[in-house]
Amino acid sequence: MNATSGAVPHGHETAPYEPVFVGPALSKLEALFAQYPTKQACLLPALWMVQEARGWVSEPAMAEVADVLGLTPAFVKGVVTFYTMYHLHPVGRHFIQVCTTSPCGLCGAEDVRDAILEATGCEELGRTSPDGRFTVIEVECLGACGFATPILIDDDFIESVTADRVPALLEGYE
Amino acid sequence: MGYPHPIHPKETPVLSTHFGDAAARSYAGWVERGGYQALRKALAMTPTDVTEEVKASGLRGRGGAGFPCGLKWSFMPKNSGKPHYLVCNADESEPGTFKDREIMRWTPHALIEGCAIAAYAIGAERCYIYIRGEFTEPLRIMTIAIEEAYANGILGANVLGSGGTIDMIIHRGAGAYICGEETALMNSIEGKRGNPRIKPPFPAQAGVFGMPTTVNNVETLAAVPHIVARGAAWYKGLCLGSDKSTGTKLFSVCGQIQRPGNYEVTMGTPMRDLVVDMAGGARPGRTLKAVIPGGSSVPIMTVAEMEDCVCDYEGVMAKGSMLGSGGMIVMDDSADMVYQIWRLARFYAHESCAQCTQCREGTAWTTKILERILRGQGEHKDLQLLMDLSENMTGKTICVLSDSCAAPIVSGIQKFPEEFEAYISKRREPALSPA
Repeated sequence: MNATSGAVPHGHETAPYEPVFVGPALSKLEALFAQYPTKQACLLPALWMVQEARGWVSEPAMAEVADVLGLTPAFVKGVVTFYTMYHLHPVGRHFIQVCTTSPCGLCGAEDVRDAILEATGCEELGRTSPDGRFTVIEVECLGACGFATPILIDDDFIESVTADRVPALLEGYE
Repeated sequence: MGYPHPIHPKETPVLSTHFGDAAARSYAGWVERGGYQALRKALAMTPTDVTEEVKASGLRGRGGAGFPCGLKWSFMPKNSGKPHYLVCNADESEPGTFKDREIMRWTPHALIEGCAIAAYAIGAERCYIYIRGEFTEPLRIMTIAIEEAYANGILGANVLGSGGTIDMIIHRGAGAYICGEETALMNSIEGKRGNPRIKPPFPAQAGVFGMPTTVNNVETLAAVPHIVARGAAWYKGLCLGSDKSTGTKLFSVCGQIQRPGNYEVTMGTPMRDLVVDMAGGARPGRTLKAVIPGGSSVPIMTVAEMEDCVCDYEGVMAKGSMLGSGGMIVMDDSADMVYQIWRLARFYAHESCAQCTQCREGTAWTTKILERILRGQGEHKDLQLLMDLSENMTGKTICVLSDSCAAPIVSGIQKFPEEFEAYISKRREPALSPA
């Protein structure tokens, strides 16, 4: 499930594309080439680098990655769209993933999800809050079922979240 | 130690001895606790002898399939002239399972040591550790531990002065349950969509990058140093039941239970000991109803079946289910079986790679039919339709994702028919609002 853009403006389509892989980022990617027998194997790492730099993976970014790795843009798009963690649209400043798969669902994960939607003002899953602060999605099994309900806020993995803890948890994320 | 609970008297901690002990995470802390002695011992043996020792221990794959580990290693060609690869499967995504996460989180060097020994045994100079993208904490901890291992001569050229090379590379996944399937995982490393491959060829013949490859689960590899250090006979002796299921296993117990967590017990331990004694049984005022014993991909067991079930590969199979990954999802009398089965089917529909028709269509349609029942719009013939679809989803696809979706549906309808009937006959209020 990929997030759709909400309040984030759509001006990105017309702005000239600034390449990601120049200077230190290009050197970092080239250093990865030695770790694999093919350049193509650097595709997932390269896409992670794009997302870290830009917050999402745009079509021009896919074309750039294709160029750097000697692939076609169509192939790169096929890979990007297969994996759920690459954003196909801009998301809020903080990206929240709530696990609601069965083991957590049995322990109240849906209440946690609803509390997060309410506290962030996102209203529905995949939508960005009007202030651009948060985007919230449901994620399938985060692999921490003994610590229901786990959530990810950006790269922060938070265990044992209950609905009443939600407002305090969000405080540090501006 | 034990985490998040102190070690229970019925546990036999081997892999989990240092869970909760943050000082065990560093290279220095690990060496103080006896770390890397097994690697030294292995490097003084021949690769064949290491493989034979693991074979003799009876260690079976802990990722879910239970394939004998030493036997898998022995399938790797000798003197092939090609590069060999070891791939560690740390894509733990099976609902109910959270053991590999704890191994990486608390004892990262145990995994590195196990990988290094396995790489030596199969003649691999390079090991890829494929960690799921959502595991941000294990990714950070493993990255630091691998840097430490390089800095201390454990990895790189001339491993511990042996002259051999072992490089270890973390490959971060990007969100795809199916990449836990070994051939999908290899495609993902190669920079492709995570579609499973048809076997044969098996990984030992043509694996990642077309080269001979062994794929092992985190827990399997973490057990290897203990086997090398203490001997196959010791490991084999750690079992209470069948000599086909040896050693200890981490069981992740979760769901509607008092003390969810990982419990490490010898194979052959009664399931009741795990669920009731260790994990505390039902919450106050509740009674247990069902257990899905091996991660969500296996048939559901009733609490009566759980009562006299023995936790090893054969014991759980005798009850018509599977040990799988050892992730136990416990449900009490408040659980709505139809809702839970729908939620699992939705999981599989979301995670299907969509290569095979039976899976792509089957997971989607079973989800929709279950949804219809939950909306109070189901009909009696829907149950037979679900059974027919499940039949067509079993044993007919490249990988077992489709079978995994069918397992809880079929067992749920067979063992809890009254819960389905209650929705269909409108004796129960719809759980979902009408479409």
